[in-house]
Amino acid sequence: MNHNYQKDISGCGLTGLINKKKTRVSGDAIARSLCLMNERGNGLGAGYAAYGIYPEFADFYAFHIMYDDPSVRFGAEDFLKHNFHVEKTEEIPTSPVAAIPISPLLVRYFVSPNKDKLSSIEGEEDFVVNTVMKINSEMDGVYVFSSGKNMGAFKGVGNPAEIAEFYRIEEYEGYIWTAHTRFPTNTPGWWGGAHPFTLLDWSIVHNGEISSYGINKRYLEMFGYKLMLLTDTEVVTYILDLLVRKHGLDIQTACTTLAAPFWKDIDELDEDRRELLTALRMTYGSALLNGPFSLLFGHSNGLVGINDRIKLRPLVAATKDDFVYMASEESAIREICPSPDKVWAPRAGDPVIVNLEAD
Amino acid sequence: MFKSLAPPDYLATIDTDKCIRCKRCIRNCGWDVYSWGGDRVQINTSKCVKCLRCYHYCPVEAIEILNNRTKFKDNAYWSFHQIRNIKKQAETGGMPLSGMGSDLPYPILFDHLLLDACQVTNPSIDPLREPMELRTYLGKKPSSLNFVKDGKGGMKLKGPLPPQIKIDLPVIFSPMSFGSISLNAQKVLAMAATNAGTVMNTGEGGLHEDIYPYRKNVIVQVASGRFGVNADYLNAGVAVEIKIGQGAKPGIGGYLPGEKIPKQVADARMIPIGTDALSPAPQHDIYSIEDLRQLIYAIKEATNYKPVSVKIASVHNVAAIASGIVRAGADIVYLDGFRGGTGAAPSIIRDHLGIPIEHAIAAVDDRLRQEGIRNEASVIAAGGIRSSADAVKAIALGADAVALGTAALVTMGCTVCGKCYTGNCSWGITSQRPELTARLNPEIFAERLTNLLRAWEHEIKEILGSLGVNAIESLRGNRERLRGVGLDDQTLDILGVKPAGR
Repeated sequence: MNHNYQKDISGCGLTGLINKKKTRVSGDAIARSLCLMNERGNGLGAGYAAYGIYPEFADFYAFHIMYDDPSVRFGAEDFLKHNFHVEKTEEIPTSPVAAIPISPLLVRYFVSPNKDKLSSIEGEEDFVVNTVMKINSEMDGVYVFSSGKNMGAFKGVGNPAEIAEFYRIEEYEGYIWTAHTRFPTNTPGWWGGAHPFTLLDWSIVHNGEISSYGINKRYLEMFGYKLMLLTDTEVVTYILDLLVRKHGLDIQTACTTLAAPFWKDIDELDEDRRELLTALRMTYGSALLNGPFSLLFGHSNGLVGINDRIKLRPLVAATKDDFVYMASEESAIREICPSPDKVWAPRAGDPVIVNLEAD
Repeated sequence: MFKSLAPPDYLATIDTDKCIRCKRCIRNCGWDVYSWGGDRVQINTSKCVKCLRCYHYCPVEAIEILNNRTKFKDNAYWSFHQIRNIKKQAETGGMPLSGMGSDLPYPILFDHLLLDACQVTNPSIDPLREPMELRTYLGKKPSSLNFVKDGKGGMKLKGPLPPQIKIDLPVIFSPMSFGSISLNAQKVLAMAATNAGTVMNTGEGGLHEDIYPYRKNVIVQVASGRFGVNADYLNAGVAVEIKIGQGAKPGIGGYLPGEKIPKQVADARMIPIGTDALSPAPQHDIYSIEDLRQLIYAIKEATNYKPVSVKIASVHNVAAIASGIVRAGADIVYLDGFRGGTGAAPSIIRDHLGIPIEHAIAAVDDRLRQEGIRNEASVIAAGGIRSSADAVKAIALGADAVALGTAALVTMGCTVCGKCYTGNCSWGITSQRPELTARLNPEIFAERLTNLLRAWEHEIKEILGSLGVNAIESLRGNRERLRGVGLDDQTLDILGVKPAGR
């Protein structure tokens, strides 16, 4: 039934950091930054994403998979083994936390696609995306938290400190971190519904409500994406995957489709630029994210922060030496970086794009 | 004198105490209801159509047009109109005709759909303070873009996009030919379209020279009669529309009687004065989808690749037909719902063929998405758009824009009396009688029609603001922001809309 689905909405706080020189830092910092914004969540979801945490398995896709019940593990593992070479399997290390009496089974796999399973037209990344779509949509009680290389998502139901403690976040070292605390307003907290949302090496943390969700979802479905995680943040992940990985837009251009400039501003530009932006809006109108949002998205080469086109949610950025910080609140940055070189509030729709420096 | 056994619908009455014998009613009625009896106005009420021209121009409000209470005995099954039509047909052997869209009480889905609004979790947007964008481009869009480096560190487009029609709001005018409506009425449409930044459509009546100055806001139509079609005509507007069918009369051609073909109409249609203008039911060079493709590309070749629209009536299999039209190369699919208006149609056809536009939009939009070709063509929805709310709901269901016919005529004085086919329109809209058409001042009524579009523009912006979005493309196909009330599960599924409360 194409009318029978529910959309989740939530308010939130988010924070992220990147070291441009790929100096890895412990998860302790991002956890402290997030915990300062406890007020922005209600304890029903928090999560962390980190890049650079698995250098010894950097060539393998790291699948973080959640099982609602241990019994569903075997079917999913059979499927994985059938399609991938599995280099290593291990349960994600956790610590007991009083506030989290029950948790799902969490396992990570370092895998590479079996070459004989790849079709001639389908690339390796498409194969991984299709695998994630298939698991999430067809296997009851199995959800893929993350599937990128040398990165991972750690998320669940709890407040930021509890989730950090549960996943022993301080034990990981990464050069890009994003984190999120959640204030779901209409659905009970669910481990799969916490942020970050990820696909391949995309990870998204998002504060806001995407009022254009209905058309974003239908647009993505045209390209074979299956939206199963019941929250509008998921569309951001898939739109970025479509725009950047499949359609070859650079990050800057992708940002101008997510938060498109107004026609009145486009009309004032020189001809080449006007034609480009007009064509982008015509072609990708259904990918425009409308409604209030601030979001951070991490990828293997950098971190991006962006607001909606009229800035209806907060976003602050700061720099200090090789670090760039972005968060919902300046205090969350100053908690871990007391004297930044520069602090600013990015303008509506104006992305902050930070790339890692080439090795 | 022959007196029909079919009783009149209306009783035109004049209060003789109030009447000042000014005879304006006699002059204003295009139907000869009134005549001068020496000391008072005489009434032939069987001719009255309740267009209310006389009522409006009576300076003392002496006129009342009553519904005829002397009808046949009440019967829930054998209604007045059923019995009357039989009597008329028995007397004439003909098909009763109708103008405008069907007035029968079929369900109106628009009235069972409600829009969302923002509260707390997402802020609504005030269109008086923030930009609110309704600009729409009609035409084929690529699914992705190709770029080249511009030498300045940025990117530019590798090649031009397919041609588009840029409109400032997602509302256009539906095709109404010169012949079915008066030249003044067409001028009203052309001027208002130009004022408001949208487009009118010639219908199948050729293009009168007076409309040429507005050609940047005109779509020219090619239909089965091919009236007025030549290379200049095809190139005159911003796009060409191939009309396959009309919501009010799917599968039926057109017939404009010779009495409605004076010199001007004859010139525009390129036919002799006074000949009947017959539009065959099918286009005789389109018996199949591959034939349509040939005509689409013939027109594209003749116009240096202007956008081509294909207009069809919404029939049962509309989704598959629309898909075929898109694959045949159309840039725009124009869907006309069964409530769509007409200048003349057999009542039996108008009232019993086709499907509502709401179902058609949903089915077509779904199908084009399933096939991954939704970007290949814009979808126009028409056929009974009564308000900006209908327009917004149609767009949320999946249309790119809506087209107005009846609503535009109402701004010119039309009261939807439904007698367009007689040529006696007392408001000068659907007549070619010079004494009647002279009543329609193009400048004055163009301003009113422009007012209507401006009013709808404001309303649509307010609705978008309530929905918390500031661009029309975030509403288009966004069925998540619609809820159904009082609709069964299957209808909800077809519309892709959740029931209210979910």
